[in-house]
Amino acid sequence: MGLPDFSIALPEIILAIAAMLLLMLGAFRGNGATNPVSWLAVVIMVLVAILVETGSRGSVVSFEGLFRVDDFGRFVKVLCLGASALAIIMSIDFNRREKLARFEFPVLIVIATLGMMVMISANDLITMYMGIELMSLSLYVTAAFRRDSVRSTEAGLKYFVLGALSSGMLLYGASLIYGFTGTTNFDALAAALSHTDKATDIGLLIGLVFLIAGLAFKVSAVPFHMWAPDVYEGVPTPVTAFFAAAPKVAAIALFLRVFISPFGDLVSQWQQIIVFVSIASMILGAFAAINQKNIKRLMAYSSIGHIGYALVGLAAGTEEGVRGVLIYMTIYVIMNIGTFACILSMRQRDGMVEDISKLAGLSKTRPWMAFFLLVFMFSLAGIPPLAGFFGKFYIFIAAVNAGLVPLAVVGLVTSVVGAFYYIRIVKIMYFDDPAEGFVPLSRTQSVIMTVAGLFVGLFVLFPAPLLESAKAAAAVLFS
Amino acid sequence: MEIGLAHYLTVSAILLTLGIFGIFLNRKNVIVILMSVELMLLAVNINLVAFSAFLGNLVGQVFALFVLTVAAGEAAIGLAILVVYFRNRGTIAVEDIHHMKG
Repeated sequence: MGLPDFSIALPEIILAIAAMLLLMLGAFRGNGATNPVSWLAVVIMVLVAILVETGSRGSVVSFEGLFRVDDFGRFVKVLCLGASALAIIMSIDFNRREKLARFEFPVLIVIATLGMMVMISANDLITMYMGIELMSLSLYVTAAFRRDSVRSTEAGLKYFVLGALSSGMLLYGASLIYGFTGTTNFDALAAALSHTDKATDIGLLIGLVFLIAGLAFKVSAVPFHMWAPDVYEGVPTPVTAFFAAAPKVAAIALFLRVFISPFGDLVSQWQQIIVFVSIASMILGAFAAINQKNIKRLMAYSSIGHIGYALVGLAAGTEEGVRGVLIYMTIYVIMNIGTFACILSMRQRDGMVEDISKLAGLSKTRPWMAFFLLVFMFSLAGIPPLAGFFGKFYIFIAAVNAGLVPLAVVGLVTSVVGAFYYIRIVKIMYFDDPAEGFVPLSRTQSVIMTVAGLFVGLFVLFPAPLLESAKAAAAVLFS
Repeated sequence: MEIGLAHYLTVSAILLTLGIFGIFLNRKNVIVILMSVELMLLAVNINLVAFSAFLGNLVGQVFALFVLTVAAGEAAIGLAILVVYFRNRGTIAVEDIHHMKG
């Protein structure tokens, strides 16, 4: 038996070595090295993203079938790397002002990103589990990163307990699937499940349900969403920005890969569960956010709702649906990064504020920030011609074409309800009497806000690159 | 009576249920929650090893070794977060963890 082909995992190997080198650099130079470590981490992630894009084309499997690199993986990996790099950039200024600047933070984000890349490339239940755990264990630590704050450590504790529970359920599902099919490899599973006698085995179905429950926890879909609002509110804001973007994309990508490739023949078995989870998430995301006063908590419910919309595309189970999910997640990540750049700029003279009422009259005190927040809010609500509208459009079209008209109708109704709380923020910014203004924005935050705002606003003019690459990525799962 | 696969699966299912209930019904102490999490992972390991022996396929035992390794890391991180929390609050009683309304 020869050595496996290591070259297809080169981006992951480079990222792993880089994480260890950055850790060494930090350990020897102390917290004074936080800035160089952060920027080095960003540079390495950008280089790895370029390497992922320019690496060998086509679908390659290595490590005895454990690891797969294809266009789908490349698309999602670049998205995750970009979101993580932006999260590090947004954190630098915040952490310095809040006296949180410690070099472990960028290192933990690099390791979490490595876990996401392994998850995305998983072609076996074992690889999938190792990737999820590498990501989750780093995320538990980043959640409790502000060690002297009750709220941050409590959020970390809650996230850890519920995350460990979800890993346990996911593993139990994986063990049942292994037991009833005799394999953990995705290709072998797909081959075994194409025989109908195996496909209706009750043990296998129980395993599948446990697997869905575990993954639904990771994407915070209803009924496994209860950790999200508390964790989003409690952790430091740059961590919230990170949680809302990259880990969600990676978990949704895993959802797509597992349920379209190995369990594609069981679509009639899992479709109704996904439809239920999706409807429940959309409804909860729309109604529970209405009464929120804390903007981070509001974004938590908003992200639960958005995951519901993304799952509509998975429920469709078609190539069009998968393409819709990929487009949706890309646009979602950019909108969220932009919104969090605004939230990270909500700083008054005596510190950060998180109350929505503190945004009152922002259009008079900081007109540009108010304008960009308006763009992001309208886009999150799905108002044309902004990017958020197109994300929802492709998802709902796919659902209708797959015969899931009721699901699309629920989606439309909940996005109208959801528009209420997004537009309420706009009303507070533009029509209420000005409150105490915010201190001047940091340069990084305004650059990220502007770039994300331009993307969201101008997507309507240049949609082709994203649509094309999402189409190519989605086609891989069905070939 | 011969001990077959079904017996192992039953024990494992009972352990998993105990673990899940231990997390949700426990009102006393966070340490008990950490123990419940370990119980769930051990249930999974029993499942994997039983299936592996029954199928004559080594993958399950390899998987169980990975799970054991990760469980050790998970317990370490859980305890570390718990220590940080205790320093801030001075208590680890489950009913006191309500700073944010859920």
